[in-house]
Amino acid sequence: MNPIIEKQFAVERGHAYTRILLVVALVAIIAAASLPLWAESSWMHEFVEIACHFIFALMWNLLAGYGGMVSIGQQAFFGLGAYTMLVLGNFWGVNPFVAIAIGGVVAGLVAIPVSRIAFRLQGGYFAIGTWVIAEVFRLSFANLSAVGGGAGTTLTALRGIPKASRESWTYWIALLCVVASISLVYLFMRSKRGLALLAIRDNPVAAESQGIDVGSMKLAVYTVAAFGAGLAGALYFVGNLRISPDAAFSVNWTAFAIFMVVIGGMGRIEGPLVGTLVFWLLSKFFSDFGSWYLMGLGLLAILTTIYFKQGLWGYVQQRWGWSLFPTQRRVVLTTERSA
Amino acid sequence: MFELLLQGVLLGGLYTLFALGLSLMFGVMRLTNTAHGDFIILGAFGALALNGWGLNPWVADVVVLPIAALLGYAIQRYVLNQTLGKDPVPSLVVTFGLSIVIQNALLETFSADPRSIESNGLNIQSLVLSDSLAVGVLPALILFIALIATVGLQWLFANTRLGRAFRAVSDDPEIAELMGLRSKKVYALATALAFMLIAMAGVLQGLRTTVAPSDGPMLLLFAFEAVIMGGMGSFWGTLAGSMLLGVTQQVGFRLDPGWGVWAGHLMFLFVLLVKPQGLFPKTR
Repeated sequence: MNPIIEKQFAVERGHAYTRILLVVALVAIIAAASLPLWAESSWMHEFVEIACHFIFALMWNLLAGYGGMVSIGQQAFFGLGAYTMLVLGNFWGVNPFVAIAIGGVVAGLVAIPVSRIAFRLQGGYFAIGTWVIAEVFRLSFANLSAVGGGAGTTLTALRGIPKASRESWTYWIALLCVVASISLVYLFMRSKRGLALLAIRDNPVAAESQGIDVGSMKLAVYTVAAFGAGLAGALYFVGNLRISPDAAFSVNWTAFAIFMVVIGGMGRIEGPLVGTLVFWLLSKFFSDFGSWYLMGLGLLAILTTIYFKQGLWGYVQQRWGWSLFPTQRRVVLTTERSA
Repeated sequence: MFELLLQGVLLGGLYTLFALGLSLMFGVMRLTNTAHGDFIILGAFGALALNGWGLNPWVADVVVLPIAALLGYAIQRYVLNQTLGKDPVPSLVVTFGLSIVIQNALLETFSADPRSIESNGLNIQSLVLSDSLAVGVLPALILFIALIATVGLQWLFANTRLGRAFRAVSDDPEIAELMGLRSKKVYALATALAFMLIAMAGVLQGLRTTVAPSDGPMLLLFAFEAVIMGGMGSFWGTLAGSMLLGVTQQVGFRLDPGWGVWAGHLMFLFVLLVKPQGLFPKTR
């Protein structure tokens, strides 16, 4: 009679170096927080701008890469967050820095009724349907004369604050928003719900049969992504002070996010991070070329999608198994003994 | 009131031509071409460029159609076929990338100025229907072409070998391959046909009003709304959706010039909410 082999296993997620990375990250954040003390103000402005792009891309990745919902309409929530912040600051006297968070919350709340319409469509139809919704938002705000209509208006709520401290505060809030959004997505993906989300992306029918409530999971992801997009929008226009419907609801926000996520690698938190870095470098050196630069970005996205599907970080992960934010679970055999 | 309706239907004729190509590509290969509107604009600029090189404008308008078909065949065969599959992400990203490339290439070549295609005065001639009512010859012609195109496509799908191949690969590409069809080639033929419609729509848009490199996304949204409102069942549905969109926009424009497009979008969302399968939901 053959002996029965009993295998014992454990589910592993982090590595030994995950803790070291955490310490390195904390040191980096503290170092970054000291930047207003020694750096030029143009650096801070640049950071705020790129931080907004990053948060927006991170949330697009959550929606498309993890949730499987490819939207071309996330600018709807970006603009909504921005206008919420502006109205609160200009008309109701709320501190704009506080209003940033409220902008995100309002965008997240509005996403719930919006999802009732958007979720009627799937796949490619969902993508263009969300774009129509974003256009409705843009045209609605363009018809609102209280916020300057199509020409837009200026954030006057920050008038009393001196330039230097305004810039420092905007920078710190941006840094806080970046750290908070990464933590939010990371913890979400590590939780039970994150696992459910991955199951839905890979096979919604099988996931449903295992007892996952697909509908409410998708709604949760859509809401969180809208919250993040709204946060990014409100933050961007606190840094920029001038808002118009065409700028706030521009499809370019989503276009750049798609570029960043595809280049960096979809469905992993490192993807948008690496993608944003690449985007920042490219725009620094080539954005003066105007339409040639944009053509290049478009071509790069096409070529990456066809020939280099996994993106930069996907390649790194396959080649060396590196992971800065380990959300994957691996089964590891611990002992093997015969009973 | 009647006049408003008539204007809406005439506008709907143009939108039908925008939407048929999109409906065809949706129907045959479940492909969402986010660069659809930009290809329409490319068609118009193609005709303008041919005209600029000394071709008679009417000849240029016709010559651009087979060129568009060839382009469509090549793009499907060598680019888009590689993005098809269960996952919608690759095809969406690639067509969205194409959209950005086309817009900026046109911007670089033709500048941002809107321009129109020379029609030798056809765009200002009108047909007098009664003492108080006249319609433009060109919009009426566009509506006529749209009706012919709808009937023609419907006939092609129902009665020809090519149409049968389109339906077969749409239903199940793997079984169709077993029956001797090469689905990737059939896809390329469908896109070639769609691109002829797209170029025709672009030329007629250029004749009727103006085209600018950045117009594409708006035309994509109009085409999309018409297809979804009509339902994915048939080309008749697409025609009906286009008419509904044209009339709604015309009513909106009448109320306030800033509301036309907005009213069309709202009608689309309303239809989506109350009748998500569209007006004609039967399968093709």
